[in-house]
Amino acid sequence: MIARLDHATHTTARMQVAGQPFLKLDRVDKTFARGSTSTNVLSDVNLTIERGEYVAVIGHSGCGKSTMLNLIAGLTPVTSGAVLLEGLEVNEPGPERAVVFQNHSLLPWLTCYENVKLAVDKVFSGLKSKAERHDWVLHNLDLVNMVHAKDRRPSEISGGMKQRIGIARALAMEPKVLLLDEPFGALDALTRAQLQDSVMDIHGRLRNTVIMITHDVDEAVLLSDRIVMMTNGPSATIGEVLDIRLPRPRKRLDLVEDKEYVHGRAAVLEFLYARHKAPQVEAAE
Amino acid sequence: MQQLAVREPLIATPAGALPASVSALVGAAAVAPVATIETRPTNPSAAKPIATRPARAGWAARSLEWIGTAVVPPVLVVLALLLVWELACASPKSSLPAPTKIWAESQDLILNPFFVAGPQDLGLGWRVLTSLQRVAVGFGLAAVVGIGLGCLVGQSQWAMRGLDPIFQVLRTVPPLAWLPISLAAFRDANPSAIFVIFITAIWPVIINTAVGIRNIPQDYRNVAQVLRLNQLEFFWRIMVPAAAPYMFTGLRIGIGLSWLAIVAAEMLTGGVGIGFFIWDAWNSSKLSDIVVALVYIGLVGFVLDRLVAYVGKLATRGTAAA
Ligand SMILES: Nc1ncnc2c1ncn2[C@@H]1O[C@H](COP(=O)(O)OP(=O)(O)OP(=O)(O)O)[C@@H](O)[C@H]1O
Ligand SMILES: [Mg+2]
Repeated sequence: MIARLDHATHTTARMQVAGQPFLKLDRVDKTFARGSTSTNVLSDVNLTIERGEYVAVIGHSGCGKSTMLNLIAGLTPVTSGAVLLEGLEVNEPGPERAVVFQNHSLLPWLTCYENVKLAVDKVFSGLKSKAERHDWVLHNLDLVNMVHAKDRRPSEISGGMKQRIGIARALAMEPKVLLLDEPFGALDALTRAQLQDSVMDIHGRLRNTVIMITHDVDEAVLLSDRIVMMTNGPSATIGEVLDIRLPRPRKRLDLVEDKEYVHGRAAVLEFLYARHKAPQVEAAE
Repeated sequence: MQQLAVREPLIATPAGALPASVSALVGAAAVAPVATIETRPTNPSAAKPIATRPARAGWAARSLEWIGTAVVPPVLVVLALLLVWELACASPKSSLPAPTKIWAESQDLILNPFFVAGPQDLGLGWRVLTSLQRVAVGFGLAAVVGIGLGCLVGQSQWAMRGLDPIFQVLRTVPPLAWLPISLAAFRDANPSAIFVIFITAIWPVIINTAVGIRNIPQDYRNVAQVLRLNQLEFFWRIMVPAAAPYMFTGLRIGIGLSWLAIVAAEMLTGGVGIGFFIWDAWNSSKLSDIVVALVYIGLVGFVLDRLVAYVGKLATRGTAAA
């Protein structure tokens, strides 16, 4: 089960043209320094991700998952090592690595349409005509089934709808990598399942590369091709990478009894709760 | 100033409390703007009317209720105060005029704000307009420069370190203390008065704008970074809308201070304004005229305050509902 090797042969074949992995974290280290104290959050993180892969990152709270995502997004600089996208070093944020933030972070003074439009106008300013950009905004709102609420402001829609708009905004940038930081964390179970299905559906159609942080073991196994499991901080790193070889499209009800699904689920649970317990739980025992 | 600010929550703010980093900028001195900012954010959904059209009878009943609750009590109190005043100043030896005496002596001023009977014999409406013109120029400049400087100070750590101590010292200088120096610099009454307005109104605008900029959530900055918005786009698309509630808080305090300062400045510079009118009336012992002018000043100040508040409400409709 433990495989850091590239498994998706069809995608690797496409990538081999340039002879380099699509996205690569190469001996990444991150230390936050504040005054005289410094905390080493991530240490020696190595990971390669192929085009079209759906990768989930799981780990206990505070281990550095968001930090890792921000490094890939370019929002925080690495201390040492490098993040390489198609062989080029990432050193600033950009629309080719679109982020869906945990708290949606829609701009409250813009309507849902305008929030997506802002991104589309910026990314496609020279590439699409005005009418094409308008259609592109609507197309992306349609992907997340939110056209009906396009003229409402974020304060006037539910949490799940906000998250949908956040996803539409990110998708509309046509990113090379879609970065999701606990995208469904604040939602109730039903809404969460609905959105998971939407995301699976969109990933099935667009085949985009996705890195998703999650706390939810089922979500990780259901959605991803690989699950990256982080050890506890400080100086967290990747403990294990688990391949999920479930055929797509996946149906949540069919999977409940599936051997591979049950096995993957057990492996993640075992990693999180037997071998890498949350520090405070460990201390209590 | 403090009273003006605390009286009611001016505008809902997107961020409730101020982060610690802001308190350094604001300091203990800037009590008024901060008190305003920290007032509880109003709930936007609660304020929204339910989308049913009220029946005609309901409308009538509600306007009756409004008259009952918002009009009748202040009218009664004013009548009572006038009565007390009348009784207190009824004796012929009283040093201040009673209402009936004011009515008898200054009827023309009360009834006709826009008469012209000579170069210095104008209706109070004209005088107020002259003063308002000065306020418009001075306050307009203060708004533009203040928001600009506030953005700079809010955005740049270095600008804050360099400018904030200077602001904190200058903002405590009373408006009229600037007058001699501006008279010396401009050698003319009108630009001096405008400068006094400007220098009085600019501090709350700067400080509130800077606080607003500092309070822009990191999320919005991240969004801007991911989209690679340039400086200008960031300013118009993120900074201005995100900090607008704070900016309007500053502007509202600023317009109040402007109106306070113009009257004082005009007393000294002369000319046609309402301030000089009071001074002139005092010199010719027309106490009744002074009382009428005070009422004018109060009403105009009230209208100005409400006007800025209303514009702020319109402009920040989206922002306030974070
Ligand atoms: N800007 C920063 N300065 C200093 N320390 C930081 C900073 N950002 C994060 N940290 C520290 O890095 C560690 C990892 O934080 P991070 O937000 O990446 O955790 P996480 O795995 O995303 O947790 P959660 O699952 O709760 O979101 C934490 O201990 C945090 O205190
Ligand atoms: Mg996190």
